[in-house]
Amino acid sequence: MDIATLTLTELRDALRRGDTTSVAATQAMIDRIVAYDNAIGSYLTLADESALEQAAAADRRRAAGEDGPLLGVPVAVKDILCTAGIPTTAGSKILDGFIPPYDAHAVERLIAAGAVILGKTNTDEFAMGSSTENSAYFTTRNPWDLERVPGGSSGGSAAAVAAGLAYGALGTDTGGSVRQPASFCGVVGLRPTYGRVSRWGVVAFASSLDQVGPFGRTVADCAALLGVIAGHDPRDSTSLPAPVPDYEAALTGDVRGLRVGVPREYFIEGMEPEVEAAVRAAIEQLAALGAEIVEVSLPHTHYGLPVYYLIAPAEASANLARYDGTRFGPRVAGADMIDTVRQTRALFGPEVKRRIMLGTYALSAGYYDEYYGRALRARTLIADDFRRAFESVDVIAAPTSPTTAFRVGERVDDPLSMYLADVFTLPLNLSAACGLSVPCGVDSGGLPIGLQLIGDTLQEARILNAAYAYETARPWHRRLPVVPAEV
Amino acid sequence: MNLTHTDVTHIARLARLALTEEELAHYQEQLAAILDYAARLNELDLSGVAPSAHAVARQNVLRDDIVTPSLPRDDALFNAAATAEGQFLIQAVLEE
Repeated sequence: MDIATLTLTELRDALRRGDTTSVAATQAMIDRIVAYDNAIGSYLTLADESALEQAAAADRRRAAGEDGPLLGVPVAVKDILCTAGIPTTAGSKILDGFIPPYDAHAVERLIAAGAVILGKTNTDEFAMGSSTENSAYFTTRNPWDLERVPGGSSGGSAAAVAAGLAYGALGTDTGGSVRQPASFCGVVGLRPTYGRVSRWGVVAFASSLDQVGPFGRTVADCAALLGVIAGHDPRDSTSLPAPVPDYEAALTGDVRGLRVGVPREYFIEGMEPEVEAAVRAAIEQLAALGAEIVEVSLPHTHYGLPVYYLIAPAEASANLARYDGTRFGPRVAGADMIDTVRQTRALFGPEVKRRIMLGTYALSAGYYDEYYGRALRARTLIADDFRRAFESVDVIAAPTSPTTAFRVGERVDDPLSMYLADVFTLPLNLSAACGLSVPCGVDSGGLPIGLQLIGDTLQEARILNAAYAYETARPWHRRLPVVPAEV
Repeated sequence: MNLTHTDVTHIARLARLALTEEELAHYQEQLAAILDYAARLNELDLSGVAPSAHAVARQNVLRDDIVTPSLPRDDALFNAAATAEGQFLIQAVLEE
């Protein structure tokens, strides 16, 4: 048994059987990170010492007859979720040196479930980006081709799981930041319904859109992680009090009679033909498994991008007002108080400044109704599209992104082309739906392609089961990238 | 979309961002392009459409009024650039 190639649920079961130990699994991950992560750059902070202590504690608990949903399983956390005692930067220089006094709710849940926290993964600054190129520290590389981006903003988490540098990981998805990197890196990533997972302790980007989601090599891995992090938290007033189903138990693989909607607006000009072919073949596969394929329309899809790029920057411009050099982060001294704030905030990177400027403009006197107000109204139409579609289908199937992973540097200077990488993921964030990306093939360059499955409010179990049925029939996850080790 | 140098300077002032002339010129151009793109929303008839601030409608979520422990003061101050006497220290904003 090569311990490093086990999936999260396989490792959990091996630990339960006593076939291996958490210390062995954790050390195997640390050894791989040391060997491979110089080339990939998935981790911003490696918490190896505390991870090995947690692993030893998990092994002691196991020896004492205890168990937990993730007891002894090493996972990674996007560096936008607060971790008590472990630096948290949100990929920004403005949080350089910040050590949170508490854990994010989702991290608390991981620890309570017995998980080992390996470290913090790279992200576009404040999760604003689609490639990790906006990280103030470095760009993460795609394990399938080091010249290409891993997607973003949770690119560090996706790359770590793809390269076998963590058994699972958490990310956040504000406009596609879990699903799109999952697609680019050939792993499974799920964006839960807004409110399914508490945002407590998540560095805020756009509060009405942000949501924590899991990454795994398999659908079952994602289901196991979601079951741990989902659930009500009174510290987040938008957290939903709905009960948490047993997501793993829902994986029957039976999709007979499942009504799968295919939205015509998600097959557009400009998408790579190989992506379209792979996604259509995946939908055929679901049909072969007994699903009923129905064409549906989400007529306002075309407006998702402009609505998102008004609402998200508007919320960000308000959320990021707190970075003024007073309570956390470095302070750049200026001539007076206001000048100090202005100079300190110059530590934000170019994309963050761009979005603060855009959001400030959209909210400013004289422009509020024209931009932000219109965007909020158009948001209603987009949410209604999904609501209407789910009156006649159970699941919507679409591409996750119009392309496979693009080259590092290719889109950095063109914000609009970068934003297009999320054109199929961000309408969902404006609605009350949930979605995931599951690997559904590779292009001629060997780069992964993702199938996006979208479900109605709190229907995570349903999309996970549809993905599981597909994955069982077409196990793309068994294909692993070959990453050159540092010599 | 015509966004002037005065406009971007005004936005930067509202956002409390110290930007170089080069950055101002860059953002003047890029914001105009993004706002042109956003003008696509003008195609929609939005009269009679209610705005959505959130996707999931929950209103007036109140917790029970019970005192619980809050963040210890030292923890709250730990990451501050400057502190004095158990408080955050900033530059004076009023003359003596």
